Amino acid sequence: MADIVLRDIEKYFGDNYIIRKLNLEIRHREFLVLLGPSGCGKTTTLRAIAGLETIDSGEILIDGRAVQGRQAADRDIAFVFQLFALYPHLTAYDNIAFPLRATRETRAVVDRRVREVARALRIEPLLGKRPSALSGGDMQRVAIGRALVRRPKAVLMDEPIGALDAKLREEMRAELKHIHRENEATTVYVTHDQVEAMAMADRIAIMDKGVLQQVGSPTEVYQYPANLFVAQFVGSPIMNVLGAAVRPGDGQTHLLVGENDAILPFPGGLHEMVIRRGHADGALAVGIRPEGVLVSREAVDGYIPVEAHIIEPLGPYDIVDLKLGKQLLRCRTASGYVRRAGDTVWARLDEKQTHFFDSRTGESLGIRL
Amino acid sequence: MARVELRNIKKTFRGHVALHDLSLDIGDGEFFVLLGPTGAGKTTTLRLIAGLDAPDSGAILVGAHDVGSWGAAQRDVALVFQYYSLYPHYTVRQNLEFPLKSKHRRIGVSEIAGRVAQVARTLRIEHLLDRKTDQLSGGEMQRVSIGRAIVRQPRIFLMDEPLSSLDAKLREILRAELKDLQMKLSATFLYVTHDQVEAMSMGDRVGVLNHGRIVQVGTPHEIYNRPRDTFVATFVGSPAMNLFTGAVRDGRLVVAPGRLEIPIGVDLAPPVVRAGRVTLGVRSEDVAVRPGGGLEGRVYAVENHGVEKIVTLKLDEQLVKATVPAQTAVEVDSAVSLIFNPRKLHFFDVESGVRLDA
Repeated sequence: MADIVLRDIEKYFGDNYIIRKLNLEIRHREFLVLLGPSGCGKTTTLRAIAGLETIDSGEILIDGRAVQGRQAADRDIAFVFQLFALYPHLTAYDNIAFPLRATRETRAVVDRRVREVARALRIEPLLGKRPSALSGGDMQRVAIGRALVRRPKAVLMDEPIGALDAKLREEMRAELKHIHRENEATTVYVTHDQVEAMAMADRIAIMDKGVLQQVGSPTEVYQYPANLFVAQFVGSPIMNVLGAAVRPGDGQTHLLVGENDAILPFPGGLHEMVIRRGHADGALAVGIRPEGVLVSREAVDGYIPVEAHIIEPLGPYDIVDLKLGKQLLRCRTASGYVRRAGDTVWARLDEKQTHFFDSRTGESLGIRL
Repeated sequence: MARVELRNIKKTFRGHVALHDLSLDIGDGEFFVLLGPTGAGKTTTLRLIAGLDAPDSGAILVGAHDVGSWGAAQRDVALVFQYYSLYPHYTVRQNLEFPLKSKHRRIGVSEIAGRVAQVARTLRIEHLLDRKTDQLSGGEMQRVSIGRAIVRQPRIFLMDEPLSSLDAKLREILRAELKDLQMKLSATFLYVTHDQVEAMSMGDRVGVLNHGRIVQVGTPHEIYNRPRDTFVATFVGSPAMNLFTGAVRDGRLVVAPGRLEIPIGVDLAPPVVRAGRVTLGVRSEDVAVRPGGGLEGRVYAVENHGVEKIVTLKLDEQLVKATVPAQTAVEVDSAVSLIFNPRKLHFFDVESGVRLDA
């Protein structure tokens, strides 16, 4: 078990940066998810930790010791790939036992460790089977078993459930999280799927274009995104982002959204907060998640009338697009609450869930009401 | 625009039955989604309607005409695939014009220009018209291929997983755009997908297909709230519906005597009582989690999804999922009590999986 420190890591290809000045500490026993779109540098970072990829500058420390000069095999790290690389002619048992046999453990020790891991992964009944007789999910469980059985300092996983179907991914998320809790191996997990990241991570490190954008717990990155990229990459449906301006008026702040498409009442203090950050005119954007848009079928004070457009019934709830001038504002309502497209409903933004950004730099202004 | 009817379609490939006696009625101007896992027969159905394959038996009617003997071109349907097939050396404009320049259409130059301009406006690709298609992003390319389908003004749109090769964010955006487009055109859409979120969010009605048979046709609301069998119940909705099998005894479902007995708390419909042994289904959002007492489970894993948490609980030997508000405090390994919403229970036949109170 180990902590992993990345210090000023850089990797470039010609003039293009793949990773830029990356600083990240992965704590002992932590489940850290590297999240980002394809090409953001997350897999390169993971492979650099494993020793499968060289870096151009910076330091990688495992338990305080620099490892960038060491071979992959000497780093005591296990790697799980998206496509399970199992030996087809060996049973699940022998696949899991393989790395231990290579270290000349006694037969009794091997047997005990294989069975322990199999129990945690709930694959004991499958130990006698060959990979060809296993489902995709079970094969990946065996591959994970093989990674965990030698108790490496850290486990690195590259989209390990990305190739499985939706239902199985859902099951495996909970399983992987449970397994991590049982064996407490420091885990670095790469994915482009924000649902997986939110579901499993102790902390998420979000990357874009080789640059680390934010590191935090799922709750932190969801509730306090550092910039527009994080705000719109994490969460589904995507956070609504609208151009905005603020004007003072009768002890309130008027929030003008879009091209004066709507005026929304906000607490008086907002205007001053925005001015203090130098954003009274232009370059202000507001962000609101669909659940932060409050909707009523009847007129309510402080709510503005809007026309409902597309209704997406997702089962437990609906996602409804509201027309705000030329813009659309997506909101989340109880199933069937807005009856049909074209209906007028009343809406406002929950100020506690409203985010404010500099629309030029994308940075959050850090205003919380 | 047209209505599409399939009557008792059968199709086999080298002895393997791909479609068994399939009947469907898709209304004029309807957004109809065929939903099912890989190999269910979705794409086969689409190809039969397009005229790319012929059924072994049964009839296909488009706008009340039997089109069995018509070629693909005569049927006047547009197909959009998962992988956009655009001409890479042509500009977006040329790609859009191409289907209109065919010899047997004889559309005037100004008419072509007008249609291309209108489609580009609808799909918001006006700024891309003079770019070559190899300079476009995936989402832009898929918009252009949809544009190429629209510009012909076909009677029916057939779409085969058009969004599945795009990333999650783009899929979400294009889902709403496609639905908006279909409403604007009031066109008949038959949309094939394995993604239940797409089906629920876009379909006026959804037909669930499994092993070459239609299992259920209904609005998203009907499919979700009254699934016809355990296949539909677990295929639609995320997380998948929790299922338990046991004997009904004294108002409880006895899964494992003494270890797992689930209080039912409602009067059971006569077919459920008669069945004796049943499969009980409950969706994760209909499972409430409270501290201690009652039906006891242990917290196995907690997933934070921002607006809510998905809690996996171990109930005897079974894993059960509950969706709870984000602010609910739940500790891993703690004992909690589970309460199933008695008005949201589903009962299925143990053998066939078919809903008992259908």
